[in-house]
Amino acid sequence: MATLDSKIPSGPLADKWRKHKVDIKLVNPANKRKYEVIVVGAGLAGASAASSLADLGYKVKCFVFHDSPRRAHSIAAQGGINAAKNYQNDGDSVYRLFYDTIKGGDYRAREANVHRLAEVSVNIIDQCVAQGVPFAREYGGLLANRSFGGAQVSRTFYARGQTGQQLLLGAYSALSRTIGAGLVEMHTQSEMLDLVTVDGHAKGIIVRDLVTGKIERHSADAVVLATGGYGNVFNLATYARGSNATAIWRAYKRGACFANPCYTQIHPTCIPVSGDYQSKLTLMSESLRNDGRIWVPKKKEDRLKAPDSIPEEDRDYYLERMYPAFGNLCPRDIASRAAKRVCDEGRGVGASGLGVYLDFSEVIKRLGENTVRERYGNLFDIYHEITAESAYQVPMRIFPAMHYTMGGLWVDYNLMSNVPGLFVLGEANFSDHGANRLGASALMQGLGDGYFVIPYTIGDYLASQKPGSRPKPDTAAFTAAEQSVGAMTKRLLDNKGKQPVSHFHKRLGKIMWEHCGMARTKGGLEQALQKIPALREEFWANVLVPGSADTLNQSLEQAGRVADFIELGELMCRDALTREESCGGHFREEHQYPDGECKRDDEKFGHVAAWEYQGADKTPLRNVEPLNYEFVKMSVRNYK
Amino acid sequence: MNLVGYLFCSSIGRKIIMAVTGLILIGFVAGHLVGNLQIFQEPDHINGYGQFLHSLGALLWVARLVIIASVVLHIWAATALTLENKKARGTDYGFKHTIQATLASRAMRWTGYIVLAFLLYHLAHFTVGLAQTGTFKENLPHYTMGSDYRVAGFVAVKAGTPEVLDVYNMVVLGFQNPIVSLFYIIAVGLLSVHLLHGIDSLFQTLGLRNAKWSAGLHKIAVVLCLVYFLGNLAIPGAVLAGKLQPRAASVAAAHAK
Amino acid sequence: MVAENTTKNLSITLRVWRQAGPNQPGKFVDYQSKDLNPNMSFLEMLDVVNDELTLKGEEPIAFAHDCREGICGTCSCTINGKAHGPGKGIATCQVYMRAFRDGDVITVEPFRATAFPIVKDLITDRSAFDKIQQAGGFITARTGSAPDANALPVPKPDADLAMDAAACIGCGACVAACKNASAMLFVAAKVSHLGLLPQGQAERDQRVLAMVSTMDALGFGNCTNQYECSAACPKLITHDFIARMNRDYLGATLRSAFKPAPLGTGGGAG
Repeated sequence: MATLDSKIPSGPLADKWRKHKVDIKLVNPANKRKYEVIVVGAGLAGASAASSLADLGYKVKCFVFHDSPRRAHSIAAQGGINAAKNYQNDGDSVYRLFYDTIKGGDYRAREANVHRLAEVSVNIIDQCVAQGVPFAREYGGLLANRSFGGAQVSRTFYARGQTGQQLLLGAYSALSRTIGAGLVEMHTQSEMLDLVTVDGHAKGIIVRDLVTGKIERHSADAVVLATGGYGNVFNLATYARGSNATAIWRAYKRGACFANPCYTQIHPTCIPVSGDYQSKLTLMSESLRNDGRIWVPKKKEDRLKAPDSIPEEDRDYYLERMYPAFGNLCPRDIASRAAKRVCDEGRGVGASGLGVYLDFSEVIKRLGENTVRERYGNLFDIYHEITAESAYQVPMRIFPAMHYTMGGLWVDYNLMSNVPGLFVLGEANFSDHGANRLGASALMQGLGDGYFVIPYTIGDYLASQKPGSRPKPDTAAFTAAEQSVGAMTKRLLDNKGKQPVSHFHKRLGKIMWEHCGMARTKGGLEQALQKIPALREEFWANVLVPGSADTLNQSLEQAGRVADFIELGELMCRDALTREESCGGHFREEHQYPDGECKRDDEKFGHVAAWEYQGADKTPLRNVEPLNYEFVKMSVRNYK
Repeated sequence: MNLVGYLFCSSIGRKIIMAVTGLILIGFVAGHLVGNLQIFQEPDHINGYGQFLHSLGALLWVARLVIIASVVLHIWAATALTLENKKARGTDYGFKHTIQATLASRAMRWTGYIVLAFLLYHLAHFTVGLAQTGTFKENLPHYTMGSDYRVAGFVAVKAGTPEVLDVYNMVVLGFQNPIVSLFYIIAVGLLSVHLLHGIDSLFQTLGLRNAKWSAGLHKIAVVLCLVYFLGNLAIPGAVLAGKLQPRAASVAAAHAK
Repeated sequence: MVAENTTKNLSITLRVWRQAGPNQPGKFVDYQSKDLNPNMSFLEMLDVVNDELTLKGEEPIAFAHDCREGICGTCSCTINGKAHGPGKGIATCQVYMRAFRDGDVITVEPFRATAFPIVKDLITDRSAFDKIQQAGGFITARTGSAPDANALPVPKPDADLAMDAAACIGCGACVAACKNASAMLFVAAKVSHLGLLPQGQAERDQRVLAMVSTMDALGFGNCTNQYECSAACPKLITHDFIARMNRDYLGATLRSAFKPAPLGTGGGAG
C-alpha cells in the first residue's frame, strides 16, 4: 500500500505557497553542480524545468524522443494561456482564477495546488514576455486579452492562434541557451523505456537511442517526467501521432501511483473521421459555436441527403431544443454528449454516421459572407483543406474527439510522486485540473510547474540526498532494468505474428471510444474490461513488428507504445468503473441530473483514486487521497 | 572576428562584397554607356572624351584599379559562394522542380561567364588592341580636335589639340564586322539579364528591399536594364544599319598607311 | 456534397527514396498503391503502404511525422521535387491525396542538404537548426528575473511583425527548396523575431553574428535571392526577413569594428 502524503502546507490558502517556499530545504549554490537531474520531455513543462534547473546550477540531462526539443505537442495549443494579471480591470484576481479552475474541474482538484497555479500564473506571463514571446498587443503597445470558456473575465493571453507554439518556442529558446552554455546535456531521439529505482528512490532511466537502437543507462539524483498526456490510448485524438504514455506507464510499473486515469476531456468541435485509414483528428476552434447552429436530420433516412435539400421542419437543432437557455453555447461536455446521443440514434450525418452539422447559412444570410469570412476565414480554410468542402456553401460536419487527459501520475504538493526522487510535471501529472480542464489552463500548468514550482521543490528532495551519492549506472538495478527493456524488445521483434501494430491500436481506440469515451456505463465498462485483456493477449500472440533493434525502427517504437496503451486503457476502464459518480469529463450515465448535468457523489468519491501496480495479471490496488476542501464549498457546477 | 573576417569569411559578408562590387560595376557600365553614346555626336565628343580620360593619368589608374578590384572580388565571391553552394546540396534531387525563381536569377552563373568572356574580348578589342589590331585606335591616323571638349562646363580638351586617338573610327570600323557586333549585342543582352537579377539582389543583400516596394524596385530594374540594353544596342545597331559611317578621310588615311 | 462521396478512389505509383542508414547508398523504389480515398492525407497513405509492406514482410518506409496538423515541423518530404509537396503554405502532413490524379507517379524524397544528413529513408537529421538556435536564438532572461510584462510596451506593428517571423516551425523546407541548401530564411526569421522586440535589443548584434557564423560553419549554402524558400515555407514567412537580417548583419559588423572593448566584465568585489 503506497503512502500518499500530499504534503499540503498548513495555514491560509493564500499563504500556503509563500510559507512552503520558506519552509522547504535549500541546496547551497556550490553544491548544486554536484547534483544531476534527468528531465524527460521538452514540451512546455520539460523545457521550462530543464532550463530553469540548469540556470540554478544543477547539472541537467534532458531527453526527448523527437528529433528536436521544439517539437512537443504543446506546440499545437491554439487558444491561449490564462493569467490573473487583471490588466483588463475587470475584477480578476488570483482567487478568482483559482476558483474558476476548481469549479471547472468539478471539485476534484487539490485546492492548494490550484491556488499556487493561479499565483504563479502572473509570473509566467512576465517570464514569457521577457523571453520575447510575441503575445498579441493593443495599439498602445500593452498586452491584449480575450475571454475563454468557463470564465467571466478576460484573462487569456494569446499569440494569434498559435499560443502554444510561441510559448513552447520561448521555453525552447531558454533551453537552447542553457544547452549552448553547456549547462544542459540534450539527448534527442532518445526514448525513455524504464525508470530505475534504487532503494525505492528514482535514480535513473533506461533510454533507447532511436537512431542507433542502442540501449543506454543514465543515472541521476532525481528524475523529472514531463512527458505529456495519454489521450492516444483512443488512437484517434487531437494529440500528435507520437504522443505516448510509455514513460509514465513504465514509472507506474516501477511503483508510481497513477491517479484518476479515467478523467479525460473530449472536445466537441473536431473534424469527423472520414475513413478507417484516419490517423488524427483536427480541432476546429470552439468559437465557431458562437455563430454556427448545430443540427441533425429528424429522420434517420435523411442522414445521407444533401443538407440543403432537408427542409427546415425536418431538421433537429437539438442543442437549442434540449438546452433552450444556452443552446449551441452549452459547455463542452454537454455538447459532446448530445452529439453522441443523436448519432447513437442513427441520425448522424456523413458516410460514417458520426457527425453533426454546424451550419452557418443563417449567419451568412444575416451578416453576409464577408463578415463571416472576417471572423472565421482561417478556420473555414483549414476545414476546406482537410475536407475539400466550403463551409460557406455547405454546413460543416463536426464530431467530438479526445483532447486532453486530466489524470496522470500521482504527485504531492512538491510535484513528487510516491516514488521519492521522481517528479512529474504538466499533463503527465494529475494535480491541477481535477475532473475537467478549462480552456487556456493547460499551457499555464505546464509552464507554472516547470518555471516556478519544480525549481523550488526539487531542492527539498535533493537536500536530503548526499551530494555525489547517486548510484553508478553499472549497478544491479540498472542492469535489471536494461534487461527487462531488452527482453520486451526481443519479444516484440521475435513475435512474427500476422497483424501490424496499427491494427491493435485501432481496435483499442474503438473499444475505448465506445465504452470509456464521452458517456460511460457500468455494463459498457465491464465489457471493456473483458475486451481489453483479450486484445492484450492477442497483441502479444499476433503482433508483427518488422525490422531489427539496432537501427531506426518506427514499428518497434510504436509497438512498445501501443503495448503500454493497451494496459493503460484497461486501468482507465477500471478507474471509470469504480468511480460510481459523474464528474467533469467522467460521465457515468447512471449518475446524472434530469438535465444531463453530472451528478457527483462527494461523500463517497470526493477523493483522488491513485492506482498502484501489483504485478502483471494482478488487479492494481486503489489507494485513496481524500480531498479536503478547506476554503471552497463543493457545489453543483452550474453554467446556466 | 574583425571587420575583414566578417566580410570575407561569412556567407553574408561575401554577399555584401558581391553587392557592393556589383554596385560599383553597375555604376561603371552605366557611366561607360553614357560616355559611349557620345558617338552619336560629332567625333570631337567621343575622341575628346577619350583624350580627357587619358589626361587624368594616375586618377584614371585609380579608377581602373577600383574597377579591376571590383571585377576580381565579384568573381572571387561568386566562385567561393558557388563552390560552397554545390557542396551544401550534396546529393541532388531525383525530381527537380522550381516554384518561382526567375530565369534571370537561375542563369546568373552562365550570364556571368559569357559577360566575363565578353569583357576580356572587349578589353582586347578597344583598350589593349589585341583583337582587330588593324582598326585599333593606336593604329589609326591620329585626330585633331575641331572644337573644345567640355566636362561640366570646363574646357577639358581644347580645339585644335593634335594627336588625339580616333576612338570614333575605331568603334565604327570595329562594329562594321557583323560577327563582332552580334557577339557584342548578345553579350550586352546577357549582361542586362545579369543586371536584372543583380540590381534586385543587391538591394536585398544590403537589406534595402521589402514587400512594400519590391514590385516597384523590380519595375525600376526592368526599365534600367532595358534602357541599358537599348543604349548598347544602338551603337553597333547604328553602325550595321549604316547610320554611323567612318569618316572617309580617316578611312582613306588608314588604308593609305 | 459530402466529401467522402465527391471523388473516386485513386491508384498511384509511389517512387520513394530508400536508404537503410546514414552512410548507405540510397535508391528510388517503386510501390503501387491502389484504391486510395482522396480524403486520405498523404501521410495516411504512407501509413497504409507501410502496413501493406509490413504484412508482406518488407521493411516499412521510415518517414518523420508527429502532430499531423502542420505546426510541429517534424514532417519533411520532398514530393515531386517540391518541399512539402503540392499546395501553398502547408506542411507535408497537410497534403491530401485529392491533390493527385489517378495513375500519377509520385516521387518522394527526403529534404536534401549536406547539413541535414539522411538518417533513414525519408528521415533527415535537422539538429543543425538546434545548433544555430543554441548559438544565439534566445533572449537571456533567467527564470524569475523578468519585470512585469506590461513594463515594456511593444508597438503593435512590431509585435505583429515579430509574430510573423516567429511563426516558423523549424521544418527545414527553406533549406530543402533552396538550390543552395541555404538556411537564411530560418535564421532570418529567428533573428528578426527577436530583433524586432525591445527585449531583444541587448543581444541583437551578438545574436546575428553568432547565428550566421554557426549557420556557415554547419555547411549550409548561401542565399542567391531567388526566394524559393519563402515560396516553399509552410508558414509563408517572407524573405523580407532575409533582407532585414542582412542589414542587421552589416550594421553589427560595422559596429563591432568601431566599438571600444570594455576593460573588464567581472563582478563586484563583494
